[in-house]
Amino acid sequence: MARRDTPELPDFSLLKRLARDQLVYLLEQLPGKKDLFIESDLMSPLDRIANVSTLKQHDVVKLYKVEYKPTVSLSDQLCFLIRPRIQTVKWICDVVNADKAAGRFRRYKIIFTPQRFFACEAVLEEQGVFGDVTTDEWAFYLLPLDDDILSMELPEFFHDNFLAGDQRWLRTVGGALHLLHSVYGPFSKLYGIGSCSKMTYESWREQVEQGEKQVRPAEIGSVFLIDRDVDFVTPLCSQVVYEGLLDDIFRIKCGCVEFGPDVTSSDKSVKVMLNSQDKVFNEIRNEHFSNVFGFLSQKARNLQTAYDRRQGMDIKQMKTFVSEELKGLKQEHRLLSLHIGASESIMKKKTKQDFQELLQKEHCLLEGFEIRESISFIEEHISRQISMIESLRMLCLLSITENGLLPKDYRSLKTQYLQSYGFDHLLTFSNLRQLGLLMEQQGAETLTAMESKVGKLVNDKTAGKITDAFSSLAKRSHFRALSRKLNLVPKSDEEYDLRVPKDMAYIFSGAYVPLSCKLIEQVLERDGWVGLEEVTRLLNGHEFAVTGGSRAEASSDAQRLVLVMFLGGCTFSEISALRFLGRAKGYKFIVVTTAVTNSSRLLEALLGNRV
Amino acid sequence: MAFVTASWNPLGEAFYRKLELYEMSWSIRDGLRDSLVAAAPYGGPIALLREPLRHSPSSRPQLEIYSASGIAITSFPWKSGPVVHLGWSVSDELLCVQEDGSVLIYDLFGSFKRHFSMGQEVVQSQVLEAKVFHSPYGTGIAIVTGSSRFTLATNIEDLKLRRLPEVPGLQGKPASWVVLTQDRQTKVLLSIGPELYILDNTSCTAVCPPGLSPHAGSIVHMSVSFSYKYLSLFTDSGHLWAGLSNLQEKLIEFDTKKTDRPKQMLWCRRPKSQQPSVVLMWERLLLVVGECNDTIQFPVVDVSFLVGELDGVRIINSTNQELLQEVPLVCQDIFKIASMAPGALLLEAHREYEKSSQKADEYLREIKEQNVLEKAVQQCVEAAAHEYDPATQKSLMRAASFGKCFLTDFCSDHFVSTCRELRVLNAVRESSVGMPLTHTQFKQMTLQVLIDRLLFRQFYPLAIEICRYLKIPDYQGVNRVLKHWASCKVQQKELSDDAIARAVCVKVGESPGVSYSHIAAKAYECGRTELAIKLLDFEPRSGEQVPLLLKMKRSHLALNKAVESGDTDLVYMVVTHLKNEMNRGDFFMTLRNQPVALSLYRQFCKLQEQETLKDLYNQDDNHQELANYYVTVSYREKRLESRLSQLQNAVDEYNKAKNDFAAKATEEEMRLLRFQRKLDDEKGAGLLGLSLQVTMETLLSLGLHKQAEQLYRDFKVPDKRYWWLKLKSLAEKEEWEELEKFSKSKKSPIGYLAFVETCIKYNNRYEAKKYISKVTPEQKVKAHLAVGDLEGAAEAAIEHKSESEIALVLSRCSTSNRLLIDRLNQASGAKK
Repeated sequence: MARRDTPELPDFSLLKRLARDQLVYLLEQLPGKKDLFIESDLMSPLDRIANVSTLKQHDVVKLYKVEYKPTVSLSDQLCFLIRPRIQTVKWICDVVNADKAAGRFRRYKIIFTPQRFFACEAVLEEQGVFGDVTTDEWAFYLLPLDDDILSMELPEFFHDNFLAGDQRWLRTVGGALHLLHSVYGPFSKLYGIGSCSKMTYESWREQVEQGEKQVRPAEIGSVFLIDRDVDFVTPLCSQVVYEGLLDDIFRIKCGCVEFGPDVTSSDKSVKVMLNSQDKVFNEIRNEHFSNVFGFLSQKARNLQTAYDRRQGMDIKQMKTFVSEELKGLKQEHRLLSLHIGASESIMKKKTKQDFQELLQKEHCLLEGFEIRESISFIEEHISRQISMIESLRMLCLLSITENGLLPKDYRSLKTQYLQSYGFDHLLTFSNLRQLGLLMEQQGAETLTAMESKVGKLVNDKTAGKITDAFSSLAKRSHFRALSRKLNLVPKSDEEYDLRVPKDMAYIFSGAYVPLSCKLIEQVLERDGWVGLEEVTRLLNGHEFAVTGGSRAEASSDAQRLVLVMFLGGCTFSEISALRFLGRAKGYKFIVVTTAVTNSSRLLEALLGNRV
Repeated sequence: MAFVTASWNPLGEAFYRKLELYEMSWSIRDGLRDSLVAAAPYGGPIALLREPLRHSPSSRPQLEIYSASGIAITSFPWKSGPVVHLGWSVSDELLCVQEDGSVLIYDLFGSFKRHFSMGQEVVQSQVLEAKVFHSPYGTGIAIVTGSSRFTLATNIEDLKLRRLPEVPGLQGKPASWVVLTQDRQTKVLLSIGPELYILDNTSCTAVCPPGLSPHAGSIVHMSVSFSYKYLSLFTDSGHLWAGLSNLQEKLIEFDTKKTDRPKQMLWCRRPKSQQPSVVLMWERLLLVVGECNDTIQFPVVDVSFLVGELDGVRIINSTNQELLQEVPLVCQDIFKIASMAPGALLLEAHREYEKSSQKADEYLREIKEQNVLEKAVQQCVEAAAHEYDPATQKSLMRAASFGKCFLTDFCSDHFVSTCRELRVLNAVRESSVGMPLTHTQFKQMTLQVLIDRLLFRQFYPLAIEICRYLKIPDYQGVNRVLKHWASCKVQQKELSDDAIARAVCVKVGESPGVSYSHIAAKAYECGRTELAIKLLDFEPRSGEQVPLLLKMKRSHLALNKAVESGDTDLVYMVVTHLKNEMNRGDFFMTLRNQPVALSLYRQFCKLQEQETLKDLYNQDDNHQELANYYVTVSYREKRLESRLSQLQNAVDEYNKAKNDFAAKATEEEMRLLRFQRKLDDEKGAGLLGLSLQVTMETLLSLGLHKQAEQLYRDFKVPDKRYWWLKLKSLAEKEEWEELEKFSKSKKSPIGYLAFVETCIKYNNRYEAKKYISKVTPEQKVKAHLAVGDLEGAAEAAIEHKSESEIALVLSRCSTSNRLLIDRLNQASGAKK
């Protein structure tokens, strides 16, 4: 059933060039020598766009990381490259005011990326430095992490949007979509689910209407927008596909991973770019971890044979070998040894008894079997303080899959958690409850009580509270029902051959098909939401399917290019699943995400009492 | 046609002509005699203030505004203070300079727009004389006060008053003065007796016009040309001196033999003038003095008023209006009697052709022989542009059109554009419109400005026709007119809001470039807020709606629109605005109804104003969030007492929120903190702020078993947790005896496999083995394996007859252990 003729991807390096040119232009707007202050989380993305020498070419003398400390720069011109965050702007105000107090005159320029917010400018005004600084916007919306992954590198989107209810980033995401639309031509169809997706779509629509209309050949077929809170189960599962595992264990940052001495088997750490350029990695990134070792050893043997060909070569052959092949082989050798090292390190950590048990319990939760055993497993996990985040992850997974915890369990697990990891997690629980990640099961009577409460509130005309009440109603998870409807958990009795995966469940050892990816598959198959009414109802609606309004018919190749936009982050496992789906159905997926996430990042964003 | 030259008067080599522009539509009789008159150049409107100095309140002076053709636009009694001077701004506004230095600005239709003052000190000293002048910077005003001081404002749109330095020896106002704009500087030129002074920002300098006889007498009148390049002076002995205004060169010196001061003196020039002249007007005489010292004299039969133009002088009296100008060279060439210029011949040829006379051919032949047909055509086109009479224009254009038939590669663009422009000019010259523009003036003022002027006069249909006729892009043309029309329409007080909104919507539709918010702003300016709101509904860009709504104090609506737009910047803008505008209670109430705005504001408060956040939750009775807030704050408190009191607040709020779990958890935390403090004080344990678990761990590692036990009981720590803790801690410290005692204290809630594994973890196989016997049968295999006792494991597995356990043991057996492997295989086989 696999179609091999997958279409070509558009050239996303264009986005990099656009961003670089604009940055250079902005730097030139402040002529002369200057020092550049960069927000710490912009360092790596900036490095992918313009390296230090490019910056130096445009009169940047010194680079500093924004550290919220008094500046030591001696330059007469300071340029700040920051995200539109109030704390950072406040710090800049302090710098400017300190200079003023010291009678020092400098020129200041703030470059906000990807856009400026009124709130930031209001702070400048409030602190009395609005007239002293010039501000600009660097429309750097999307960083191509790989041929098929574009990241906005905005991890705070998840926290701000879903937890704080702050919608300011939606226009930014709409802007990113608009950028893709204007560079890669019109979309033939847009699908989406989730309220953010809907608003993003509307914001994009508006920007298209206001912008200039140009007819370009369509390079991308349809677009699928999905909110992270539509599917919390998938990112909370342990990742067992190679790339996901690397992310879980070593934390991939901006497409780059740092392997410590235990992997490199030397005393240095090595930074490795993880993308399709790395031939070895490219072949194993989507594989279930159990296959990786076999593959790597096969590869090692092949490499050895390639090296061995040197024996019995004459001088001339040797010369061509050295000039043409040796470098490639050496490179491959280096990468291979790194990945083998990484795999060994993973094995050490993950093949231990408790990881297997953890996986097994996770699968039980997904299937809904042996819940009591899982609960005592989690209890033990908590009381032995194995890992603060892991415990929380299992708790959340339990709550979502079970549609909330029994009141007794809810209280006792929380108490134990607080005893183990500290009282400040009371705030964490409040956050998790707000997102529907960790809830108390609601019996029928509580529901009626809620309804009557809503009824009373309607009379009070306090619309805000009604939405609150409704949303907490809506936040109830219906994982079990969804799982049945969409057949997310394959029958466990038959053997699942991870070497030859037959569906997307392989990314979770055959135990679970990721909900997010299943939705995408279904909608593409049906060309809309028809027949999925029950599913969307369980997912709390906000689904849409519209034509993109492009008159120009996209080529059949472009039609099969699907842009999937995750609002609030996606995991490497999901990307692997989509790659599999693409191979199986002849699509090619381009993943756009606000940031690449995993269970730790997701939960860390929700920890209470964050400084 | 033959009479074209009838109105020509020779002046030196050139000719001057007087063209009748209009028979004035007004009936003012002696009105011009005792009135203040202001007529704007470029055929602008005329304002009259009758008897301005009548002070008695019973009879107020009448202010009348007419079009250049004398059609009354408006008139109203002047109710403000005495007016010294009237003038028109470049955008057709009437400036009335009062004695007390205030300047009142009215539009063409007599509605008051705004006012400003020329300075506080003027109120005392009074304005003696004022002049309105135009420069590249816009319209300016200059005044001289009773204390002989000059004050200037070069642009009334961007008012910056400049008080010029004192003039030594000046008493009252000077005999004469003018405003000069030179080298980007605005100066005043004034005369005291025979002396001439230039007054600029910093100094007052005496100057001397070259060639002016010292005996000429006192300078009593002076004037500058339209371009500020030329100056003319008139002395009380009747001498006229004219030259460059930079006083580098003399052009005319002439003795008029008239000693009384002329009523008006103006330059009469045109671009590429051959014979510029100065026009002087006395009660009964109009004298034109050319550079060649030649003169033309016209009698003045009625009280008249002169208006200087770019290319001539308009003479307005109670019955008619004339334009006095030098005849353009090209017209001279064509119409001069017996002219043999190519254009003249072509005109003649065409005239003969019309008569079907063969002479036409002769004329044509002559032109062609000289090879000047193209020039002839050009001359005719150019002359037509300069002619005012449509019949003359027509005959010239026909001649040109006739001539160009005989040309092969003639570019007719100029011909076509001239035709079009003449048509437009003739339309605006119509008496009903009343803009007597010459072609030269039109070219100078540009089409855009002409349309603006038509808009100021509210000739909307004509303006639209012109835009369409000249094919101006909609954006700059028709839509601009529509915008202006709509802005005017909203001011019609007699129509209902609905009617106006509908009318505007029908006409304007979705024309690009017409901004509904702009129209709405106008409506609001006229006090029609409701209409403004209706119009704003048509505005597709929320970014434009919101600021205006805020200005109109429709904050709630603004907030709604901002939220609808999905643009958080807009929401935030409104929120900031509301915060400053409303009292706190109302502000919070407003936010409460807008969750989006509320969350945005909360986010802001979290970073900027923590205290406000508290008030916000308080107002909302959001006890849960309030409690969370107190918890957060407690972590920032340094002193334990303050920390505890914040936590107590949290407990109270959790109770109110009926969240007894959280309340209890918080109370426990408080208890724990107190306990930790006590131990820290007593033993210096460094516990404060640790979690319960870590506290117990620390206590155990410090050997404070009793205290640990106390916590275990007080906080109802689950047995399992406590056992794990203790096990780990004892093993860590290698207190094996203690551990064994502990294991026997009661039945282990965590089983005994944990003991085995922990001992192994701390490398004590010997101790580990002690616990194997206590391990439950199900875990036996694991336990044996943990201590590395394969035999034992095998035994247990076989005993259990468990396939998976056997397999597990098998997987651990090294190949050397043949015996065991066989046994296991046997057992597994036997089972099958």
